[in-house]
Amino acid sequence: MSSPSRPAIVATGLRKSYGDKVVLNGIDLEIAEGTIFALLGPNGAGKTTIVQILSTLISADGGDARVGGHDLTRDPDAVRGLIGVTGQFSAVDNLLTGRENLSLMADLRHLGSVAGRRRVVELLEQFDLTGAADKPAATYSGGMRRRLDLAMTLVGDPRVIFLDEPTTGLDPRSRRAMWQIIRDLVADGVTILLTTQYLEEADQLASRIAFLDHGRLIAEGSPHELKRLIPGGHVVLQFAEPAGLDAASGLLPAATRDDAALTLQVASDGGVGSLRALLDQLDRAAVNVAGLTVHGPDLDDVFLTLTGRPDNERAMAR
Amino acid sequence: MSTLTLAARDSSTMLRRNLLHMRRYPSMTLLLIGMPVILLLLFVYVFGGTLGAGLGPTGDRAQYANYVTPGILLITVASGAQGTAISVAMDMTEGIIARFRTMAIFRPSVLTGHVLGSLLQTLLSLAVVTGVALLVGFRPTANPVEWLAAIGVLAMITLALTWLSVALGLVSESVETASNLPMPLVLLPFLGSGFVPTDSMPTAVRWFADYQPFTPVMETLRGLLLGTGIGSNAVLAVVWCAVITVLCFFWARALYNRNPAR
Repeated sequence: MSSPSRPAIVATGLRKSYGDKVVLNGIDLEIAEGTIFALLGPNGAGKTTIVQILSTLISADGGDARVGGHDLTRDPDAVRGLIGVTGQFSAVDNLLTGRENLSLMADLRHLGSVAGRRRVVELLEQFDLTGAADKPAATYSGGMRRRLDLAMTLVGDPRVIFLDEPTTGLDPRSRRAMWQIIRDLVADGVTILLTTQYLEEADQLASRIAFLDHGRLIAEGSPHELKRLIPGGHVVLQFAEPAGLDAASGLLPAATRDDAALTLQVASDGGVGSLRALLDQLDRAAVNVAGLTVHGPDLDDVFLTLTGRPDNERAMAR
Repeated sequence: MSTLTLAARDSSTMLRRNLLHMRRYPSMTLLLIGMPVILLLLFVYVFGGTLGAGLGPTGDRAQYANYVTPGILLITVASGAQGTAISVAMDMTEGIIARFRTMAIFRPSVLTGHVLGSLLQTLLSLAVVTGVALLVGFRPTANPVEWLAAIGVLAMITLALTWLSVALGLVSESVETASNLPMPLVLLPFLGSGFVPTDSMPTAVRWFADYQPFTPVMETLRGLLLGTGIGSNAVLAVVWCAVITVLCFFWARALYNRNPAR
């Protein structure tokens, strides 16, 4: 793997277990300075654990990592001076107001009272929190709280930022606003490690994506490279009675049938041409289809493809 | 920045945070003051006549008010410690603690902020409780130097018990546990010379009462404020407080530096 500039984050062979449960099983990462790197994976894949280790919150059981050139175990305070972390769980002080939360961060970053106050006002404006600045954070909505959380992370102008599922639980409008904030950050030369469950989010933001499953990286590349690995979507045909399902299943031996739901899942790119061909084929055989839904490639498809676990479709085809 | 400057600066930032918490939610402080005040009134006006008679041939309610006040002051300190354990345990459930752990700050400052905040809170409670005690018949004979020494002794035992309760708050898996663990502290003044002289107790209880840390502290306070004999109690009180403070500081720091669960 080569990168255009020197890496901001390098990890080799990171391991972590809790008791018998292996959470990370040898993770290698190299993240170029000034880029967004997305860790994509389902719940429990180990995304948060990677962020917790790289942000010095917990220690790894094995492996090495450097952030901004500083070794995580030998010089954690140098790493802490460079990074900002917005975790999956709100890291604001609920009893303090938005302004007090930001001032607390300014004091802990040792900004000095004048510079600190200026930075607090700046961030309140940038994150659209000026109106609620003097209300306790406990009264904030989910989106406001997430914005305050990120604003607190940015107080000391960190060079490397960890964002653990920054948009989980946000409504679509807040999510888009958060995306724009993240894009602006990276335009200023900051390096961002982002975790997400959403393929679209990684696609929108990241220049490189790594796919995490059961504590292993199973694929890594640019969004374009990864998309080539992903199959097209599928079409689900709904039938009114078992006879229809049997007939259609006979016509389409590669499709996956679900006898309980009376559905048949057919691989398809979702294009008009292929849909017409499929419907024509069913029509000619006089198969009665009750309903039809088109599905684009989703995280499940990516996941199944990349893990190499045969999904039902291919299992049936064998 | 030297470690010491960093420690002082970050601790005072964290102290400000804790003082803001207290100011925004004063109900905890009121509760911590209310409990010892009610006990004081109960012991002076309900039990005071009978218990005062037990102090000696001239014993009465007024004399008992003098006798019981040092014990009530220690109850105030212990109840403050209970509040500290609760607020530390509650704080540890907040996401912001994870943020502090990933920042280049003096690491124990989260704890020193709690300790300094609780120290101020307890000293305030002690002032109020002393005021009420004066109203109900507490008649100290102390000169200004003895008053200062008494305040010093109270600050020392408060510091010791606050570090203990910070550790108890950290070791608790839940806020409920944190509120129960320091409970024995509130009972210790009863199992000492706080409410009745220890020589009125059966042998086993008296042995415990004579040798537990609260007794020398209460006897020292009594001596400073009311002019009774202090003897070796002052030295014992200082040693107990120092030992508890140092041990509990290291215990609390080790607990805080553990990898967070989850």
